Amino acid sequence: MDIPKEILLTMYERMVRIRKFEEKASELFAKGVLPGFIHTYVGEEATAVGVCVALRDDDLVTSTHRGHGHVISKGGDPRYMMAELYGKETGYCKGKGGSMHIADPDKGMLGANGIVGGGLPIATGAGLSIKLRNSNQVVACFFGDGASNQGTFHESINMSSLWKLPVIYVCENNQYGEFTPQKRHQAITDISQRATAYGIPGITVDGMDVVAVYEATKEAVKRAREGNGPTLIEAKCYRFHGHFVGDPQLYRDQAEVQKWMERDPIPSFEKQLLESNVVTEEDLRKIQEEVQHEIDEAVKFAEGSPYPSDKEALEDIYTDLVEEGRVR
Amino acid sequence: MRKMNFAQAINEGIKNEMRRDPNVFLMGEDVRFGVFGVTAGLIDEFGEDRVRDTPITEEAIAGAAVGAAAAGSRPIAEIMFIDFITVAMDQIVNQAAKMRYMFGGKINLPITYRTMVGAGISAAAQHSQSLEAWFTHVPGIKVVFPSTPSDALGLIISSIRDDNPVLFLEHKLLYAMEGEVSDTNDPIPLGVADVKRSGKDVTIVATGFMVHKALQAAQELAKEGIEAEVVDPRTLFPLDKETIYNSIRKTHKVVVVTEEVKRGAWSGELAADIAEDIFDVLEAPIKRIGSLNTPIPFSPPLEKYVVPNEIDIINAVKSIA
Ligand SMILES: Cc1ncc(C[n+]2csc(CCOP(=O)(O)OP(=O)(O)O)c2C)c(N)n1
Ligand SMILES: [Mg+2]
Repeated sequence: MDIPKEILLTMYERMVRIRKFEEKASELFAKGVLPGFIHTYVGEEATAVGVCVALRDDDLVTSTHRGHGHVISKGGDPRYMMAELYGKETGYCKGKGGSMHIADPDKGMLGANGIVGGGLPIATGAGLSIKLRNSNQVVACFFGDGASNQGTFHESINMSSLWKLPVIYVCENNQYGEFTPQKRHQAITDISQRATAYGIPGITVDGMDVVAVYEATKEAVKRAREGNGPTLIEAKCYRFHGHFVGDPQLYRDQAEVQKWMERDPIPSFEKQLLESNVVTEEDLRKIQEEVQHEIDEAVKFAEGSPYPSDKEALEDIYTDLVEEGRVR
Repeated sequence: MRKMNFAQAINEGIKNEMRRDPNVFLMGEDVRFGVFGVTAGLIDEFGEDRVRDTPITEEAIAGAAVGAAAAGSRPIAEIMFIDFITVAMDQIVNQAAKMRYMFGGKINLPITYRTMVGAGISAAAQHSQSLEAWFTHVPGIKVVFPSTPSDALGLIISSIRDDNPVLFLEHKLLYAMEGEVSDTNDPIPLGVADVKRSGKDVTIVATGFMVHKALQAAQELAKEGIEAEVVDPRTLFPLDKETIYNSIRKTHKVVVVTEEVKRGAWSGELAADIAEDIFDVLEAPIKRIGSLNTPIPFSPPLEKYVVPNEIDIINAVKSIA
């Protein structure tokens, strides 16, 4: 591997951080501690991390309902994430967004999205602004296999290819849109083929292999930064958990889940790292412990934080107006 | 009478119509399982052709219903959450609602659009809205909003049999609610309100989940000697103004309670109608209760603050009664 050790360790750390964050969030949700619903990124870590580590800090990303992994991959802080999941005032969105709507604009994260396909035009517009402002950034746009059937996918990529916008469209093909397997929601298997229709490069990568995703993204980022327009990257991956925490998963075979779990992106990356003598087992263990500590701290932070006051509900709708409250 | 919950009642109504009319079919995202289980099991009886999982593509779902209806089918199209109907607005507002009129009455569109509305489960701003006013505003669509299993059963049947596009609203907090329903799957006509509680002192017009909040409020008020009549319009358009007006003629006071953001709400339209039509019978200003003019926040205490509850209704009643 000719990737610097520092980058490899960042990749590993972020993958572990996503895994441990999601495991903790699932556990808390199952216990009834967290409100709303939660879509975890467990199993798909290599995709978000491989993409985001190939970006600069000032590059942008748009996300989905399954957004925790994107926030962490872009350098987000688990404390503010966890507090948001609890609906606390100290959360990323002051408790107003929740799991499905975390944004961290300081880190270039333009927001998770509750509307499937909602992020594609937003990423496209961010790409347009970059071009107009000549800021030399790029945008990575995450979306699912299910989202690739929305009109916004086709409309956005057409616009982007026409205007040669610096956007990397990253389709997380985790084989399911909610409870529907890919073969029952589209008649193709490689979503990257759709790139042909818009005259842009489309590639399929192994989304369980962080290095493969990273390499593919690097190439797409280079193309975007040089003004040659967008790329569609399809990362074949798999969500290990249900669509949401508590999903009984009647639509899939446990054997299928097991088969994919054998390709768990984290142990396979560990193996790669150890075999190429980049790190020692000790290094990895240290990272795991540090991250575990961080996640435990994040829970403490969230639990120790207050809920927002009623008046918080009335603010942030406009920049210059506050809505009227009620007397009870 | 049988007992079933609200979700089962809708399932029963759809089943009834699919058995009765081979042209009826159901499509939507994951309807095979049904989010909240509403359509669960229908595929076992009617098969994949008539219980059709679609890709995630609301505009095509809404529009395919238009085309299918124009060509002779009777589709039930599910838009999982009303929030996602925004993706499908052209097909519903410009196509479904207007086709019959634009074509001089030559094409009927017997479509039932089913969708889930409302707050209460910390589903946040993009999964909790009450957008009924957008649709009552558009000529060419009927809007149905049941509050009990029995009404849900009778009204889903009438909606499917109706030859016009009908938007059928299902409040997510009602799905688990149990109640008695007709043994014979009798339809309930669209445009007929129901008095859920009678009283002589004040009329509370409430819709959807708010009907239950209004009933709770009425119970509390009764302890203080105020007898509230609770009227559930059941369909927002066509609207049974006569039942509502007759109640107000008796009580001379009215509070309209909906979960919608108050600004631009359907409740405002009803209040305006009351003021225009029967102002002379009113002995107090018309009161309206709605959600605050904010998106629905995620955090549970904030959501509770934004959405109206029985205390708001009691306060409003006491301010005029
Ligand atoms: C416009 C819209 N339609 C439907 C939904 C309900 N929904 C939430 S996630 C999801 C499946 C998305 O599948 P995919 O894009 O493959 O993403 P994944 O969940 O697999 O990450 C659906 C149908 C939604 N949130 N928004
Ligand atoms: Mg998917």
